[in-house]
Amino acid sequence: MARTEQAQRYVGGGVLRKEDPELLTGQGKYTDDIVVPGMVWAIVVRSPFAHARINSVDTSRAGGMPGVIAVYSGADLASEWAGPLPMAWPVTEDINNPPHWPVAKDKARFAGDAVAVVVAESRAQAKDAAASVEVDYEALDPVVGVEAALRDGAPLVHDEFGTNKCYTWPLADGEVDDVFAKAPVVVKERYVHPRLIPNAIEPRAIVVQPVPSQGEFTMWSATQVPHIAKVTLSITLGIPESKFRVIAPEVGGGFGSKLQVYAEEAICLAVARRLGRPVKWVEERSENYLATHHGRGMIQDMEVAATEEGKLLGVRAKMLVDMGGYLQLVTPGIPLLGAFLYAGPYSAECYSVEFTGVFTNRTPTDAYRGAGRPEATYAVERIMDALARRVGKDPAEVRRMNFLPPFSEPTPTPSGLSFDSGNYEATLDKALELVGYDELRKEQAARRESKDVKQLGVGLSTYIEMCGLAPSQVLASLRYVAGGWDSATIRCHPTGKVTVLSGATPHGQGHETSWSQIVADALGIPFDDIEILHGDTAVVPLGMDTYGSRSVSVGGVAIHHAAERVKEKARKIAAHELEVAEDDLEFADGKFQVKGAPDKAKSIPEVAFSAWTAHNLPEGLEPGLEETYVFDPPNFTYPSGAHICAVEIDTDTGKTEVVRYIAVDDCGTIINPMIVEGQIRGGVAQGIAEALFEEAVYDDNGTLLTSSMATYAIPSAAELPRFTLAGNVTPSSTNPLGVKGVGEAGTIAAPPAVVNAVIDALSHFGVTEIDMPATPERVWNAIQNAKGGSK
Amino acid sequence: MTTELSLRINGATHAVEVDVRKTLADVLRDDLGMHGTHLGCEHGVCGACTVLLDGRPVRACLIFAVQCENASITTIEGLADGERLHPVQQAFIDNFGLQCGFCTPGFIMLAAGALAEKPDMDDEELRELLSSNLCRCTGYRSILLAVKQAAAAMRPAAR
Repeated sequence: MARTEQAQRYVGGGVLRKEDPELLTGQGKYTDDIVVPGMVWAIVVRSPFAHARINSVDTSRAGGMPGVIAVYSGADLASEWAGPLPMAWPVTEDINNPPHWPVAKDKARFAGDAVAVVVAESRAQAKDAAASVEVDYEALDPVVGVEAALRDGAPLVHDEFGTNKCYTWPLADGEVDDVFAKAPVVVKERYVHPRLIPNAIEPRAIVVQPVPSQGEFTMWSATQVPHIAKVTLSITLGIPESKFRVIAPEVGGGFGSKLQVYAEEAICLAVARRLGRPVKWVEERSENYLATHHGRGMIQDMEVAATEEGKLLGVRAKMLVDMGGYLQLVTPGIPLLGAFLYAGPYSAECYSVEFTGVFTNRTPTDAYRGAGRPEATYAVERIMDALARRVGKDPAEVRRMNFLPPFSEPTPTPSGLSFDSGNYEATLDKALELVGYDELRKEQAARRESKDVKQLGVGLSTYIEMCGLAPSQVLASLRYVAGGWDSATIRCHPTGKVTVLSGATPHGQGHETSWSQIVADALGIPFDDIEILHGDTAVVPLGMDTYGSRSVSVGGVAIHHAAERVKEKARKIAAHELEVAEDDLEFADGKFQVKGAPDKAKSIPEVAFSAWTAHNLPEGLEPGLEETYVFDPPNFTYPSGAHICAVEIDTDTGKTEVVRYIAVDDCGTIINPMIVEGQIRGGVAQGIAEALFEEAVYDDNGTLLTSSMATYAIPSAAELPRFTLAGNVTPSSTNPLGVKGVGEAGTIAAPPAVVNAVIDALSHFGVTEIDMPATPERVWNAIQNAKGGSK
Repeated sequence: MTTELSLRINGATHAVEVDVRKTLADVLRDDLGMHGTHLGCEHGVCGACTVLLDGRPVRACLIFAVQCENASITTIEGLADGERLHPVQQAFIDNFGLQCGFCTPGFIMLAAGALAEKPDMDDEELRELLSSNLCRCTGYRSILLAVKQAAAAMRPAAR
């Protein structure tokens, strides 16, 4: 594809971040730092029961407490809603899609469901009064697990459906059952992917400022999706979209948990409208555990058919997916983001997957870093190891013989999608070399021989993922309600400075730096003269926000195209002023130069000034130098890589220590290596934690037991190993920048690498299965059970 | 119940009338408008609210403001020397020790306080120190590198 004419000075360089100085000095403005005169505080009263009928809500005592302005039950606020909270991904025509009201009226469906709202002059007063709201609950039997939820006679989360099944979504290609019936080797395993709690360190926060006389509302929210929130909440509240502005200021991490339109946003808008006063709500950490959506939560029955040699013939998988108590913004669609990846980077003749979404009395699930792709990758990479054991080959060898051959143009794959580019075997080879694979295998054999108390295991994960969400027509075929494009506007000021409006909305990723690098190279503008604006719907009119590792491959590419448009117009003006034909100009060193006479030149700032004075423009050309491009990608992008983990397991205690971790990633062309490295390191850290530490644990009553940072095992600096990163870039064929995306690679790749290593360390005892998280207790029990030799 | 309180913060004295049940973090943020001290968990686990009390790192969410009278408090807003960043702040830029920035003031105050007391900690001690606080973005490696750089800059020989 066409690339920019100019040599790249910033793209690919380790430019320090523009964002940092204010964040390091306490000047960054997060939503909780927004203070509006006359502001009141809201506190949400939540159900302690996972499942309960709400017989009555008595607000009288709370209403009389100091500072209290109003107390609302679900019934009190019912008239505020023009519609339920948004659910934008009805994956099948017959999906059971319950209405989800911001404050429950008749039934609480998970512990943490909102049942009342207290508004007071201060947060403390609201909190005090919240304890005095008297709710008469009639506790109902909860349904806590997905399999229990599907049994006959299970309590119903939503009575009206007569079942807890939400949907079944099948994807079948080829004569799957026939292939499996005839295949010499079939391996079938069950993988339980636990629920995880995203835990952005910044809790959610919301401030709504109304202008009652105009019917206008401004909402600041710690959200990844201000643009989507504006569209959807205007529908829920019946506020004209033209009178509604959403601002995501600095946002302190999201990991998918702020890719949501939450009840509290609707509540603050409703209360602000009713009271005519600004309203603020800030999440407590305990609420973050209960009422911010969770991720994962899937049981996967995974099968592969293969030859005796280990050559894949087919993939067949059936999944049960925990939706929780309600469908949030894209809850049902999360598994679909992995649905096309159940053959990984491998070839196979046939392919069939089926997902069944199930309601339970637990916190709703939705996107968490990776969203569907970690689940798929976990199943694929676990079963590749199981297949290797079955056919008696090294796991690296079985992968190698099944990889799709190297390609640089769109290439069809077993699931029906076309991947963009990749060289999977070369990536694996690089990782094997870096990790010292042969040495590790020798060391492993020696320790097995000597019956060392510390056994060594090596785990591979050669993942593929799917980013750059998404071609809008593909989204349409998957029944997602919105588009997958994003926008960029480049405004060249007459003084030579440049403002860029981006529809992507960062929450720690460093877009301001990366976008400036792209623009600086494209237009020859100094990096520091470029200002990036984002996350304010009144400033950036068109945007689809940041999630699914889409920013660079959609929003970043939009910026590239907008810059090309700027140059197209600037070339006309420069040619006119220099009195040459447009073709006589070349763009080099940040200027339009006359070919053969480079001292006759015009820079973009010079042209911007001319475009502003409009004294001498070509006939018919509009004044000003500002261009917009809305990019709808022609395909997804498919980052890939090889992660290899080596663990030492103390067989006396079951404790696992990661002793080596190598990540070789192909995220396409790299804009900023430092930022890419940061994304991979952070993602791998979360992925290792997913494999070894983290799990949302519920008791039989549906009470979340891991409900604080003290009981849910977020890793600290002491728990994480060092890891080595490397790259093996194949530029994407989907876009002219060659970029793919990198935000989720770590959480997608790491869990199976770690768990495969744990099982590999113990396979000579006969251990074949350990569920995540592989805690010392689970590992120890697996060793004892295998040694007992029963089963 | 409120009380009058005199707090010495970043070298300046502030007279405030505060609710006695308020934590130092709440008074800094709500009464004094110093929003650089962030609240991540409000129960002493994440460390985002770390400030220095007489030079030592403390969780501002776990200490009442009334306990801080007569003490010298340093927050992220007071760490730089005018335009010149503190060595820990500079090291965080140089080593990309932050992404979303929310936990960052807490990590910086933790490191600044601990290194002032003991600038010659080895890697293991630094890891142990940094495990006081939580970051969900970086995976900690870049924070560790930043703090090592800052430690080198803060050792007496380097001054």
